[in-house]
Amino acid sequence: MARGIKDKVAILGMGCSKFGERWDMNAEDLIVEAVEECLEDAGIERSSIDAAWFSTAIEEQHVGKSGVPLAVSLRLPYIPVTRVENYCASGTESFRGACYAVASGAADIALAVGVEKLKDTGYGGLPQRTRGAVADMVWPNASAPGSFAQLATAYSAKHGVDPGELKTAMARVSVKSHANGAKNPKAHLRKEIDIDTVLNAPMVAEPLGLFDCCGVSDGSAAALVTTPEIARSLGKTDLVSVKALQLAVSNGQEASHNSWDGSYFMTTRRAAERAYKEAEIRKPRDEVSMFEVHDCFSITELVTMEDLYLSEEGTAWKDILDGFYDADGRIPCQIDGGLKCFGHPIGASGLRMLYEMYLQFHGRAGARQLDDPKIGMTHNLGGFPHQNVSSVSIVGRYDA
Amino acid sequence: MPGSDTVGLKAYGAYVPRLRLSRQAIAESNAWFNPAIKGLARGERAICNWDEDSLTMGVEAARDCLTPARLDEGAPAIAAVTFASTTLPFDDRQNAGILATALNFDETAVTMDFAASQRAGTSGLLNALRNAGAGDSLFVAADKRRTRASGPQELQFGDAAAAFTVGSGNLIADYLGGHQLSTDFVDHYRGADSKFDYNWEERWIRDEGYFKIAPRAIAAALESTGLDGGGVDRFIMPALIRGVPKKVAAMAGIAPGAVRDTLQAQLGEAGTAHPLVMLVDCLQEAAAGETIMVVGWGQGCDVLLFRTTEALKSLPPRQGVKGYLARRREETNYNRYLSFNDLLEQDRGIRSEVDAPTALSALYRNRDMVLGFVGGKCRICGTVQYPKTRACVSPNCGAFNSQDPHPFAEIPATVQSWTADNLTYSPDPPAHFGMVVFDEGGRLMADMTDVAPGEVAVGMPVRMVFRRRAVDDRRGFIKYFWKATPDHTAEDATGGAT
Repeated sequence: MARGIKDKVAILGMGCSKFGERWDMNAEDLIVEAVEECLEDAGIERSSIDAAWFSTAIEEQHVGKSGVPLAVSLRLPYIPVTRVENYCASGTESFRGACYAVASGAADIALAVGVEKLKDTGYGGLPQRTRGAVADMVWPNASAPGSFAQLATAYSAKHGVDPGELKTAMARVSVKSHANGAKNPKAHLRKEIDIDTVLNAPMVAEPLGLFDCCGVSDGSAAALVTTPEIARSLGKTDLVSVKALQLAVSNGQEASHNSWDGSYFMTTRRAAERAYKEAEIRKPRDEVSMFEVHDCFSITELVTMEDLYLSEEGTAWKDILDGFYDADGRIPCQIDGGLKCFGHPIGASGLRMLYEMYLQFHGRAGARQLDDPKIGMTHNLGGFPHQNVSSVSIVGRYDA
Repeated sequence: MPGSDTVGLKAYGAYVPRLRLSRQAIAESNAWFNPAIKGLARGERAICNWDEDSLTMGVEAARDCLTPARLDEGAPAIAAVTFASTTLPFDDRQNAGILATALNFDETAVTMDFAASQRAGTSGLLNALRNAGAGDSLFVAADKRRTRASGPQELQFGDAAAAFTVGSGNLIADYLGGHQLSTDFVDHYRGADSKFDYNWEERWIRDEGYFKIAPRAIAAALESTGLDGGGVDRFIMPALIRGVPKKVAAMAGIAPGAVRDTLQAQLGEAGTAHPLVMLVDCLQEAAAGETIMVVGWGQGCDVLLFRTTEALKSLPPRQGVKGYLARRREETNYNRYLSFNDLLEQDRGIRSEVDAPTALSALYRNRDMVLGFVGGKCRICGTVQYPKTRACVSPNCGAFNSQDPHPFAEIPATVQSWTADNLTYSPDPPAHFGMVVFDEGGRLMADMTDVAPGEVAVGMPVRMVFRRRAVDDRRGFIKYFWKATPDHTAEDATGGAT
């Protein structure tokens, strides 16, 4: 049994650009905005960085391939830079790479940076693109909402939940995130909305309306990681350390084998089980203080609360209606507004989730600050319900 | 009398698209310009969905014809595949070859396209009958007819396909004989680079064409078979000019009661396929021992004579023309028809601009998977899966190199999850797609077609159909694949005879 990552890596500093429609910014500018904050927070110079991981998903839309764009943007001193991509979970992948480098001893200080510049397509939503010579011959020309909307039809059918009732619970997910996002100055969407606005919005992909879908944003986020010992030697106190980093990747079973019913994420359940074990968490509903989950769509967040073993299967919609995951509920979820309102610059999103955890642990979350959080969990998903990668990370106070 | 070496028809099949455009809707949009079409504004015509064409209709007609033979179980052995159409999707890529690949026929089947005349259908069938003896062959005719807006043909034409297996032994209709007459009588034509027909005056076509040419061909056919007009029980002749079939029949001594309805009210005239569509419709209600004359028209005249047999009654149930005519959905939006047929300069949005050329090498490598819809079945654990891959997908197996080809097209399936997507580009939004689960195992995130808003539901039975997945306008390439459509086959299938 692998010994795991728990408490081997500490976060030295973090930074995050404002997310949104950054018409005046190139991806390279967004990177600098996030990394400047990160370096200042860590109190180190670029010359102290031993290696870097760079995440971006739809690189043909902005920076192009390889680690070069990061090295050039930051004028890094010819250090190793690895570009990573794993659908919308790319951001957590750069963090994972940097953490593994530190945990192995190969690097003392490693940098993880994610960026996405999506608003140069000329239309709303994610960029339309080919999926390769063979997939283009057989895959439906599905939008992201079209892929995730099917969770709702399958969930309704499996659990016998009336589609109207489910739609109302999904709407509550978005209302909650908008309330949270309104308190976050870096968020893309900062307007509170009521439930009728969600329910009456134009239909994007049945049953997902406009407000069931997250923002498509430009943005960047960054983390510097090191060992707890080095962090202390640099004068850091109240360390935030990594408790678990898990990733589960579909092997095609959901897409090609009839053992999956379409209503949940096989990957998330496996990644969560392994992460709880790695972090030695037995009762997540009681032990975890806050969650940032991959709420690309309201229904994704809803089923994820079950896949992370927080709500019993078939009951997340009730917990949501009860306010269990609201800012003042038992387990606040998407306290920063989530993908829904903070925004979703793909390559940065996983790091953005960790950024919020980091701010909360340091008491720097402003108007949305929670009362003494101890353990936080992020869930960063990429792909489609029937074929995806699911990344689960747990972070917490080092000395807790 | 027919003997053991008699050739003829062994089975029939047909296809009519589900969409029916109301002629009233056409007239309402166009009569301001051409008031004469008001007189044609009755009934409806069959129109292809945006993802249908002659080839896709041909595949469906062939599947109907081969019912209930499961193509994956090897039967029936088909020695030749002929496809007749004046609206072939490819000018230089054998269309019959695509059809044979879609149907998973052995590559030794002789494939050939018949084209370039409204007589391609009847001439092609005559050719297949004359070549019968070298094993059973499949003959398919289809036309997706293209017209300019506002003309009478827009109301009169229809889209459809017919298919027959041709051979000897266990025939549903013996071929008695026929006659072909070729003369360059140009009532209409379509140049090599033209999209549309150019038509000459109807009165001339009627008097100099139908009334002078057809009777000569019919007389010769009757003489060669030793029949007279009075012996013809069913007379099949498409013609858009009112009264022509009846008058031609009368000139040949064929009783007025034998003249078959041209299906104008429900379908419209399906070009080179039409005499054969009418033949299928006729066979669906014919009794044994009936003599049927089929007349094909186009720069000359083809005449074919058949006599139905007792075997007609024992042909397994299938859709045929009658089943597919019953499976209909009215379309009253004339603009949608224009859009589907590329007759409208439409703002399709930036999302439609994605350029996805087809890698022909990848298509060839994956032709069974893409065109034939062939998956795999694991020899070790028995798991049926799509696509066929090098490693078995079963969580309890995972064996390498363990799968045999397993065709999926005829396996019944149901919908596990679905959506109607308004965001993605589709020529007919919202795009419906979902997880389709096959009864024998295996599944596919599949496009859905021919669905009405609100029709799709979890658990709905679906049937897979061969359709256009997309069109690469820039390179003139049509990408075919299989889609799910609501399965109405059980309720619509009819027996071989009444």
